[in-house]
Amino acid sequence: MANPDQLERPDGKRDWGGALPQVEADPIVKARPPQPTPKLYEKRKAVHNKRIDGPFRRFKWLVMLVTLGIYYGTPWIRWDRGPYAPDQAVLIDLANRRFYMFDIEIWPHEFYFVAGLLIMAGIGLFLVTSAVGRAWCGYACPQTVWTDLFQHVDRFFDGDRNARIRLDKAPWRPSKIARRGAKWTTYLIISMLTGGAWILYFADAPTLFVDFFTLEADPVAYMTVAVLTGTTFWLGGFMREQVCIYMCPWPRIQAAMLDEKSLIVTYKDWRGEKRGSVKKAAKNPELYGDCVDCLQCVAVCPTGIDIREGQQIGCITCGLCIDACDRVMAEVDRPRGLIDYATMEQCEAEAAGAPAKPAWKALLRPRTFIYLGIWGSIGVAMLFALGTRAHTELTVSPDRNPPYMLMKDGSVRNSYTLRLRNMEARPRDMEIALAGLPAGAVMWTDQIASDDAAATQTVTVPADETRVVRAYVVIPKGERAESFTFELTSLDEQAERDSEETTFTNPGDQ
Amino acid sequence: MSEKPRQNSNIDEPTGTEFVGHEWDGIQELNTPLPRWWLWTFYATIAWAAVYVVLYPAWPMVNQATEGVLGWTSRGQLSKEMSAADVARRSTFERIAATDITKLSADPELLNQAISGGAAAFRQHCVQCHGAGAAGYEQYGYPNLNDDDWLWGGSLTDIQYTLTHGIRWEGSDETRVTYMPAFEGVFNDGQVNALVSHVRSLSGETQGSAAGAQLFDTNCAACHGTDGAGDRAMGAPALNDAIWLYGDSPASIRRQILAPRHGVMPGWSDKLDPVTIKMLATYVHSRGGGEAEAPVEVENEADAETDNVAASAEAGDDGQS
Repeated sequence: MANPDQLERPDGKRDWGGALPQVEADPIVKARPPQPTPKLYEKRKAVHNKRIDGPFRRFKWLVMLVTLGIYYGTPWIRWDRGPYAPDQAVLIDLANRRFYMFDIEIWPHEFYFVAGLLIMAGIGLFLVTSAVGRAWCGYACPQTVWTDLFQHVDRFFDGDRNARIRLDKAPWRPSKIARRGAKWTTYLIISMLTGGAWILYFADAPTLFVDFFTLEADPVAYMTVAVLTGTTFWLGGFMREQVCIYMCPWPRIQAAMLDEKSLIVTYKDWRGEKRGSVKKAAKNPELYGDCVDCLQCVAVCPTGIDIREGQQIGCITCGLCIDACDRVMAEVDRPRGLIDYATMEQCEAEAAGAPAKPAWKALLRPRTFIYLGIWGSIGVAMLFALGTRAHTELTVSPDRNPPYMLMKDGSVRNSYTLRLRNMEARPRDMEIALAGLPAGAVMWTDQIASDDAAATQTVTVPADETRVVRAYVVIPKGERAESFTFELTSLDEQAERDSEETTFTNPGDQ
Repeated sequence: MSEKPRQNSNIDEPTGTEFVGHEWDGIQELNTPLPRWWLWTFYATIAWAAVYVVLYPAWPMVNQATEGVLGWTSRGQLSKEMSAADVARRSTFERIAATDITKLSADPELLNQAISGGAAAFRQHCVQCHGAGAAGYEQYGYPNLNDDDWLWGGSLTDIQYTLTHGIRWEGSDETRVTYMPAFEGVFNDGQVNALVSHVRSLSGETQGSAAGAQLFDTNCAACHGTDGAGDRAMGAPALNDAIWLYGDSPASIRRQILAPRHGVMPGWSDKLDPVTIKMLATYVHSRGGGEAEAPVEVENEADAETDNVAASAEAGDDGQS
């Protein structure tokens, strides 16, 4: 092994190998004075975020209204699908293995549509994160929305930041017990509504709603509501930002997807530092920057961080600190945007003296459009596939035991299990025909008597079902057949067709 | 770092976090404290494990694991689930028991359940001889149940009777029984050959002779009929079709004339309950060769030919719908 000292680079900087000669004795015992035992665990520092108003707060209100509205309202939307299918617009019918979404009905064999949706969600995450940073975390994540809702409940019962801090420290007197009781009851009601709305997606909402209160619903419904009530109460009411900081993998994944051209919430330290009060800055304008160190950005933060320390895992980029800082800057008559949505690249350029650019210009870059293109093409491809998919399908499986059957008159019979799929919400007549068999070949089924054996048969497939038909195909004595085709035609104006080739086994073939 | 070892500072300057105090080759570990609730969660899982060990089988001992206070076993759970399934099936069984086998087809759902139940019972009790596909074994003389040829009748009631009482079964007084006499020593070699040719000619497999026809009429037609159509009333097989229980080669037929083999099927009335037998009959009937119920007065007719014609005319209109 080379002498570490020879790893000197020409420019005089040391390689990592330069650290090796340091370890000649136990450096800790030798060099380090005895230290206090480090603290391995710490109590959560409660976040009492202050009320704020501004464009981002109003946007958060809007997103909360829309997302909660969708969540609680969707199961109640009715959608007429005729007499053979449920009339709920969005329904995950696990018992019958159907997924209804307005005009779209998905069968289990089409689960790739759901996989496609998940892929779209994944690429959508790339798109949103590379363009506007952790916007999902800041506005739309259920954890964020419910935490926000619960923080409004806190504010409603206990007052704003200072009052809540005081109440937290106050001893447990009846008034505090009453307030806490009322607040936690409200948490519980919201949590139960959350769990209650969830189950409505899996059954007819009005029926289940009534059954739930008359204790006639399935035990699974009560269990689901109980679990979701518990998790909402616990995660939204008490864990809050700790879910983002300690539990959730997304902040880690999203951090890996950000680059210097992604929009993030940043404190422009080149403008803000050195921090000082307005008075101090008036005395020494050269010494102080724009930040008046009022800590409003910290006070309004729903995760309790100081954005001026830079990008960090706790920042969900909700923009409330921008609202707070802009108000303060307006009061002290300084330009807005000391904390702002900006890219790292733009921050550096501005620090070097470049003019400010509107944030939306950061979106105009190839990466955004490539993600958008991929995301959009998957969506268009899925819509195309949905629009053109066949609502009729035939699958054939020949009986393997016995492979053929000799009949009294010397003719040879093969048996097949046919699956006729009717994805329309109405019963349909379908014709099954034999193609490629010797003349005289006939078939009958388990429902059609052998007296009525013929080369084509008509069966009725119930609405929205797959009908299993056992078909017996007979070729006359002395004839042989190899492979042939079952042809299916729907006897309605759509005249949808499907066919499947299968084999005919003759005596002596095996 | 190497120039200025952080000997006196306990704080990492860039992050403001204190060090734990461990150092490896100049790399030090920051102390980012875990949240306190995480610790409590850890203790809670330990407590849960302790409770679980007491309640459920846990510690492996020499012969078996500790039993647990709740007394739970996987076998116990299985038997509980099995008896729950029995209870769930009971109403279907009762409905099948209460319905005449010929009337089952009026309720397609009930018929389907009967066929499924029969298929399960078939796998357990019948495949040993008749095979998993119910195709039988020619070399042993176990008949094929899929085709349209029946020795004793292929209607639901016929099959049910055969299942209940068996064929040549000592355990039942009402068993289906018939014996073909052995013609060993009765015919000379030429006569046997003529007879074999005639029997094969009945289904068009070869040319017969007048001598063979003469022998057949005298010795065989009483049971098998002049045209070889057989007689189900006495279980005499049809000789004029393409299906042969013991094979259609001249040697097989010759052997059957000289020293006939007689298969035995057990009756199942003492092993299986009537509902299972009924379900088995519907399953066998559904295999593609089931026949319609013969009108009662025809079945009692002595004229075997009429019986056969009537049965085969209605074959297929077999009440499977």
